[in-house]
Amino acid sequence: MIPMEEALLRNLTPAVLAILVRRGADFAAAEDAVQDALVEAVRVWPGEPPRDPKGWLVTVAWRRFLDATRSETARRRREELVDEEPGPGPVPGRDDTLWLYFLCAHPDLSPSSAVALTLRAVGGLTTRQIARAYMVPEATVAQRISRAKRTVSGERLDRPGDVATVLHVLYLVFNEGYSGDVDLAAEAIRLTRHLAAVIDHPEVAGLLALMLLHHARRAARTTPEGILVPLAEQDRGRWDTGLITEGVRILQGALARDRLGPYQAQAAIAALHADARTTEETDWAQIVEWYDELVTLTDNPVIPLNRAVAVGEADGPHAGLAALSEVDQRLPRHTAVAAHLYERAGDLATAARLYAEAAHEASNLAEREHLTRRAARLNTDRKP
Amino acid sequence: MAKYLLLKHYRGAPAAVNDVPMDQWTPEEVSAHVQYMNDFAARLEETGEFVDGQALAPEGTFVRYDGEGRPPVTDGPFAETKDLIAGWMVIDVDDYDRAIELAGELSAAPGAGGRPIHEWLEVRPFLTAGPTITE
Repeated sequence: MIPMEEALLRNLTPAVLAILVRRGADFAAAEDAVQDALVEAVRVWPGEPPRDPKGWLVTVAWRRFLDATRSETARRRREELVDEEPGPGPVPGRDDTLWLYFLCAHPDLSPSSAVALTLRAVGGLTTRQIARAYMVPEATVAQRISRAKRTVSGERLDRPGDVATVLHVLYLVFNEGYSGDVDLAAEAIRLTRHLAAVIDHPEVAGLLALMLLHHARRAARTTPEGILVPLAEQDRGRWDTGLITEGVRILQGALARDRLGPYQAQAAIAALHADARTTEETDWAQIVEWYDELVTLTDNPVIPLNRAVAVGEADGPHAGLAALSEVDQRLPRHTAVAAHLYERAGDLATAARLYAEAAHEASNLAEREHLTRRAARLNTDRKP
Repeated sequence: MAKYLLLKHYRGAPAAVNDVPMDQWTPEEVSAHVQYMNDFAARLEETGEFVDGQALAPEGTFVRYDGEGRPPVTDGPFAETKDLIAGWMVIDVDDYDRAIELAGELSAAPGAGGRPIHEWLEVRPFLTAGPTITE
C-alpha cells in the first residue's frame, strides 16, 4: 500500500467507526469490524481503488459487523437491533469523531491502555504497528485494547468528557517520539490537528502549537549518529521554519482567548526559543515569567527544575543554583541541572563530578551518553 | 509505560526466607512451583503487561577478543562467580509501584512445604529513548 493511501485510510478510521456506532453497533464490536475493513482495504485497494473510499469502508465494516454479530447467536438482542437497521445508505458528512477521543482517553483507563486504544480506534494503526512502536509483543497490545474496550463498554457516548484527559494521552504519544516503524510524534500531531478541527478549545490549540514547535527542532536535536544535541548547541538553521510559523500562529490565536492553560504556557516557552537565533539572544527573563505562570497552573514537579535552568540563564548561574536549592532533590535530572549550573559558574571540578553522578542516575540512554561526554570533556580539559 | 526487568538469581541475591534447594522439595512441590510461574506469566499476558520471560542454564562461558586474526579466547565456567542469573521476566507497566507489586507476587511462588519462597528478585528499569519535550 502506498503511503498516501495508508494516510487516507487512517484519516477515515474514526469517522467510519463513529458511523457504525451511530447505526447501533456497540463500540467494541464496531472497532473490530473497522480494523477488519482496514485490513481488507490494504489488500484490495491497490488493485481496485474505490471511487468513494469512506463509503467503501463503511459498507465493508458494516458487513463485517453483521457477520460477527450474527455468528454470535447467544447475543440475540444485538441481532434484533441490527435487523431493524437499514442497510448502508449515504454516509453523513458530519464529523462526530470527538466522542471517540473522549472514550479512548476515559479516566478509568490506565495511560498505556488509553494510548493503545486511541492509536487503534482513532489513529487507525494496527495492533502490530502499535506493538512495534512500543516494543512489546503484539499479543500484549491486543490484550490492552480488549481490556480497555471492556472498561469503557457501557459508557454513554453522547457527552464530552474532560478534554485534559485526551490532551494528556496525545502528549504521551508525542513524547514517545520515534521508535520502530511508526513515527509517533507525527501521529500525535495528526491526531491533535484533527481534534483541534472538531473542538474549539485554547488548550487543544496550545498542545498542537507545543508539538509543532518541538517537532520543528527534530532535525537538529540529534546528530546523524543519534547523539543528543542540547538546545544551546543545536544548529538553529536546521529548525523547520514552516512548523515554527504555524505553531506560533496557532499559539497566538489561543492566547488571544485569554484562557491560559499549561500547554499554552509551555508552547509560549518553546516559541520564545524558536524566536532566538542563539541561546544568548533568548529572552530568558520572559521565559522565567512563563515558568512562574506554569508553577501556578500545574503541579508537575519538573516545572520548578526547568525554571531553575531558565533563572540561571536570566540572572546568572548563582541565581540558578539558589532557585535549584528550593527544588526537590529527588527529582530526576536534578543532578544534571546542578552540574550545568556549576559549569556555568566556573566550578568545573564540582560540575564534572555532578555530570558523572547525573549520568549514573539518567533514565534514558541518549541523556546518559550526553552527560558522560560532558563529564569526560571537563575531566580531560582539567588535566595539565 | 515503562519496562522493567525482574531478575532471578541462582546466586548473588540475599538468602530467601524459605531457602530449601529445589532438589530437596517433593515432586508435587516442584510442579506447584512451575505451575505458579506459568500462571503468573499467563496473568501478565492477560493484563497486557507481559513482554518476555526466559530461563537460563546455570553454566556459562566467558569470551573475549584476543586480537586481529585470532579466535576469541574462552574461559570458564567459573564456579566462584558471585552472581549467577537464573532467568528474567520483562514487564511493561504504568509505573514503578506496579513493577514492585508484580515482583512481590512473583517472589511468593511456592517452594518447600508449599510455602512461599520469599526469594529476593531484582527489579531494574530499562533505559528509555528519552522524551521529545525536555524544557
